[in-house]
Amino acid sequence: MNSKNLFEKVWDVHSVGELANGQTQLFIGRHLIHEVTSPQAFGMLREKSLPIRYPERTFATVDHIVPTDEASEPYSDILADAMIKELRKNCAESGVTFFDVDSGKQGIVHVVGPEQGLTQPGMTIACGDSHTSTHGAFGAIAFGVGTSQVRDLLATQTMAMSKLKVRRINVNGDLGTGIYAKDVILHIIRLLGVNGGTGFAYEYGGDVFDSFSIEERMTACNMSIEGGARVGYVNPDHKTFTYLKGRPYSPSNEEWEKQVSTWSSYSSDKGCSYDDIVTIEGSEVAPTVTWGINPGQAVAIGENIPNPDQVAQNDRAGVIEALDHMQLRAGSPIQGTKVDVAFIGSCTNGRLSDLEEVAARLPGHKVRDGLKAIVVPGSQIVSKLAMEKGLDKVFIEAGFEWRAAGCSMCLAMNPDKLVGDQLCASSSNRNFKGRQGSPTGRTMLMSPVMVAAAAVTGEVSDARTVFG
Amino acid sequence: MNLPKISQVTGRAIPVPGDDIDTDRIIPARFMKCLTFDGLGEYLFYDTRFNADGSEKLHNLNLPCFRDASIMVSGANFGCGSSREHAPQSLYRAGLRAIVAGNFAEIFFGNSTNLGMPCVSASRENLEKLSSATENDPDLRVVVDLENLQVRYGTECIPCEINPGARESLLNGTWDPLEELLTATNEIEETARSLPYA
Repeated sequence: MNSKNLFEKVWDVHSVGELANGQTQLFIGRHLIHEVTSPQAFGMLREKSLPIRYPERTFATVDHIVPTDEASEPYSDILADAMIKELRKNCAESGVTFFDVDSGKQGIVHVVGPEQGLTQPGMTIACGDSHTSTHGAFGAIAFGVGTSQVRDLLATQTMAMSKLKVRRINVNGDLGTGIYAKDVILHIIRLLGVNGGTGFAYEYGGDVFDSFSIEERMTACNMSIEGGARVGYVNPDHKTFTYLKGRPYSPSNEEWEKQVSTWSSYSSDKGCSYDDIVTIEGSEVAPTVTWGINPGQAVAIGENIPNPDQVAQNDRAGVIEALDHMQLRAGSPIQGTKVDVAFIGSCTNGRLSDLEEVAARLPGHKVRDGLKAIVVPGSQIVSKLAMEKGLDKVFIEAGFEWRAAGCSMCLAMNPDKLVGDQLCASSSNRNFKGRQGSPTGRTMLMSPVMVAAAAVTGEVSDARTVFG
Repeated sequence: MNLPKISQVTGRAIPVPGDDIDTDRIIPARFMKCLTFDGLGEYLFYDTRFNADGSEKLHNLNLPCFRDASIMVSGANFGCGSSREHAPQSLYRAGLRAIVAGNFAEIFFGNSTNLGMPCVSASRENLEKLSSATENDPDLRVVVDLENLQVRYGTECIPCEINPGARESLLNGTWDPLEELLTATNEIEETARSLPYA
């Protein structure tokens, strides 16, 4: 018997057949959709008079365009209003379950799937959104896809895919105090590069991932795509099963034992082979902050911003362009960089544990005068649970604005945008030029606790010192 | 549905140099507030081409000599970031029919292939040569040849690469896989039934 890794097992179970060009026709067990990348797909199907093949396997929510400070419809942005109405209509006509804004379950698609129990080990999952890799935290194989593939999935529940190679990334030992999953993934991307993962699925493991909670695993898997890897996953374990127990779409009590045994069988076999193995020591990971315009351009909080004269020649132009956009000086410390806006939220770091980590440190601290700080829970359920614990009051007391659920300032398709060249300390996943809504806006990615430290000091700071 | 077989793309080329050009750069998120892809060509590289007041910046896409280019030449990791098909759609709708770059982010590559817009990779050195040749002579006729895996211009011929499956489907006119996916009705049903979850 050949031993196999999880990716290979899940791939084989879902393979429908081989296509003429050698690609695999892959069955996708769960399809998640949202308002930005699905309307064109529904339109294409209408044009071809094709029905939705398995509507019960598709679930929808609305996240990118929803305002976080305006609940009533019609939205003042008429384009956003047209998009939510179109999704509502498409779901109603096709029989797709829609976690709408009045459901109490709406939120960012990668927060909603797991919290509803839709995301389970051994599944194939796809969504017209690159951060679909998040769902890999459960031992699912989850792909971000384009709209034409959304169309293919609606019409056939399958898509054409080339098989990926698998790179095992071990993070061994322990993380230091005040080091988070966000630091680990930023560290990995910095080491392996923003396109180091092209053609690979990343299997994360080792002591650090074993000890991570499911939400921490989601944070790391979420940003796999920032390292070029379309898929990132962690083998399922007892934490995975505990997280899923009793969720709305989780298996019933009668089926539970059987499902857990099936789920466990998907784990990578001992001694299975990988196309590549990378090992990182947990003790080497520091609080990490991006200084540039892609997520690989990052340094540890104690380090200096790179000097273009001291980087590899192929990277030089990129460093110069980044420093110019970010208005940062080569060779200066990253610590002390002045911040205008603080954003806590997104599919990377908008879950309950993220908010709890920050709220535990905020009492006795105030957001710096003149700095805009917002907290956007990842879903209505995250918001509700946080409010039951009184976290909203802690944030508001410290000077944060407490908002409604959505993607918000991660990509600024709603009214939450940077203005001019504001610099934002952000718990999101991308620092591309213009990403947060202003073409000259500047983004520095970091963990939610580091965002809070920046918010209370007004500058990029070491949260371990700020909060003691 | 018979799709055209794409064995080569010929035309003028426009250099858009730089590594890690992300899909937010290609089409800023605010232009994704739309229900169809129509009209996205207008917003291609919008924030790189225009100032906040709408005036033009210096950018090859704003130069009349490159206006009818059908081949874009860029650097490494082109199309990284978001999975938005809006990015290749805006390139296609602006008249681009092939991209030559160092390499491509995977989702972007797949999305482009599905539109019948080949993405081929070439070495950094050859990309620089090609870019400067087109900067010097924007009228230069460039051929991206998928059959022979070459990019030809003037008297030059540089090698290029593309994923073999994508090449096959472009050459055979099966780059949009939907028809083929639809034919496997029974096999899809069988796979669905065999899964341990509904």
